[in-house]
Amino acid sequence: MSGHSNYEPKTGIERWLDTRLPVVRLAYDSMIDFPTPKNLNYWWTFGGILAVCLAIQIVTGIVLAMHYVPHVDHAFASVERIMRDVNYGWLIRYMHANGASMFFIAVYIHILRGLYYGSYKAPREVLWILGCVIYLLMMATAFMGYVLPWGQMSFHGAVVITNLFGALPIVGEAITTWLWGGFAVDNPTLNRFFSLHYLLPFMIAGVVGLHIWALHVPGNNNPTGVNVKSKEDTVPFHPYYTVKDGFAIVVFLILFATFVFYNPNALGHADNYIPGNPLVTPAHIVPEWYFLPFYAILRAVPDKLGGVLLMFGAIAVLFVLPWLDTSKVRSMRYRPTAKLYFLIFVVTCLVLGYCGGQLPDDHVIPGLSTFRLFDADLNSFVWLSRIATLYYFAYFLIVLPILGLTETPLPQPESISSPVLSHPANAPAGAAASPEKRG
Amino acid sequence: MADTVAGANPDTHAAGDDPNRRDFIHIAAAAAAGGAVVGLAWPFIDQMNPSGDTLALASVEFDLTKVAEGQQVTIKWRGKPLFIRNRTGAEIAQAVKDDGASMPDPQRDEDRHKPGKAQWLVLVGTCTHLGCVPTFGGGDYGGWFCPCHGSHYDVSGRIRKGPAPKNLQVPEYTFLSDTKVKVG
Repeated sequence: MSGHSNYEPKTGIERWLDTRLPVVRLAYDSMIDFPTPKNLNYWWTFGGILAVCLAIQIVTGIVLAMHYVPHVDHAFASVERIMRDVNYGWLIRYMHANGASMFFIAVYIHILRGLYYGSYKAPREVLWILGCVIYLLMMATAFMGYVLPWGQMSFHGAVVITNLFGALPIVGEAITTWLWGGFAVDNPTLNRFFSLHYLLPFMIAGVVGLHIWALHVPGNNNPTGVNVKSKEDTVPFHPYYTVKDGFAIVVFLILFATFVFYNPNALGHADNYIPGNPLVTPAHIVPEWYFLPFYAILRAVPDKLGGVLLMFGAIAVLFVLPWLDTSKVRSMRYRPTAKLYFLIFVVTCLVLGYCGGQLPDDHVIPGLSTFRLFDADLNSFVWLSRIATLYYFAYFLIVLPILGLTETPLPQPESISSPVLSHPANAPAGAAASPEKRG
Repeated sequence: MADTVAGANPDTHAAGDDPNRRDFIHIAAAAAAGGAVVGLAWPFIDQMNPSGDTLALASVEFDLTKVAEGQQVTIKWRGKPLFIRNRTGAEIAQAVKDDGASMPDPQRDEDRHKPGKAQWLVLVGTCTHLGCVPTFGGGDYGGWFCPCHGSHYDVSGRIRKGPAPKNLQVPEYTFLSDTKVKVG
């Protein structure tokens, strides 16, 4: 997509096509000959894994749309028909439903990898922002997809999420009515969610194209965070990373298949097998697991508008991250203090996810009542959520901006190749006699 | 290539000059196209608002004799649940007594029912927080309790505790007779 091309058409047809639409050249330059840092570890395989996830969701989704009926009176029954009567319908639906969870597992690992190795820093800011856009589109797509079976969780999930927009002053009510196409979540809402659920994955595919384009301009970041200095630092994408990615994809698909074939409903909620009833809300309503951290942030704030703003802010802060982190050192491998804060950040996200699935007033430590602080006992999930929310934002808004100015990073290697070449394991026999040359 | 094309279609005025005829054509064409796009955008936005048939189903009539004292009946109105509660004397007394209590959205009980019909409370049954359906008789105040995020409403449907910002909404309704109401 950029830079010098080494592609040489070998056959007459390729030469003919290359002067008219150099699509083979594009594929060759970006997937075969593309110079890739030679030290990428397995955390770098999740890009390829995500591409596979998107392809699986689109293929299974198109098939499901052939059998699904987007109408409040038929949606639930048509999903059950897919499960019971359509040939292999159970397999395709379980692939699609679990595929969403697998997609989010992979994207969260992919995002955390970017956070740890500083992949959002110059010159990759646009690449990072495009990734954030993809993540937002994924969340919208997943939410609307979850509404389609029209079970109890589908229905009341749609009610709660669309009502979030009602928190906006003045225009809130008009916006929710507009989103619903009525006075409540009803058939018009289901219809438009189906339409958009079909559209958005193709928009994701489009932004993924831009994401890969933006990746191929500066090239991959790598675990050292040090720029590629010479041809010595890279290997061609094929066969080195096609094989490495391929192996990771196979391992990932084993995990995927384990869910699909042995525990297909483990990641869902039983209440969604009850047809949606607008008159009764399930006693404990929770979103899908991948939204739980944001749900915990929403509930941590006792004010409606404040909760909604903070929840959206949790995603918005990712967009400006490249300008919040002041450190010149990309990889946290050479930032021992940042590494510690990062570890706490990962734990915080998991804690928020756990809190999102619990009732806010329940005790974190069972049976222990401490003292009441404002509106709840200190030993409650709502207070744990508040502490975790505070750290989530502090990590981006306080820790990363300040730490970059105050910390003393470890020395970075001269180049990607140097720590590999100076590693004791690579030293020729007798080199131990000159330890001063080790990095 | 470049030197043969250069000057073939000269733009004779330098930057900062008064706009000439060509600038005017550019601006007029862009404005016409932009205006057309903006004008066409509205139908595509407004199509998502409630349609004529949805608006036509906007009112219901209800026979109050179906609700025993101390009970509540839930009916569907505009796709949402509607609570019709027949309050006991004790509940009304409690609601009036609480008029002076501190509340997020202060309102007197008599402003929440029709004059002389304190027994009948007609409310939109969606929590003003995020739209879940509160359960009858639950919570710390004996009115309703929202299971989603823990909002407590009293027997007048006023928010007393929890994240909801407003009291349960009283819809527009009229008594057609002593035993019949029309909502909407």
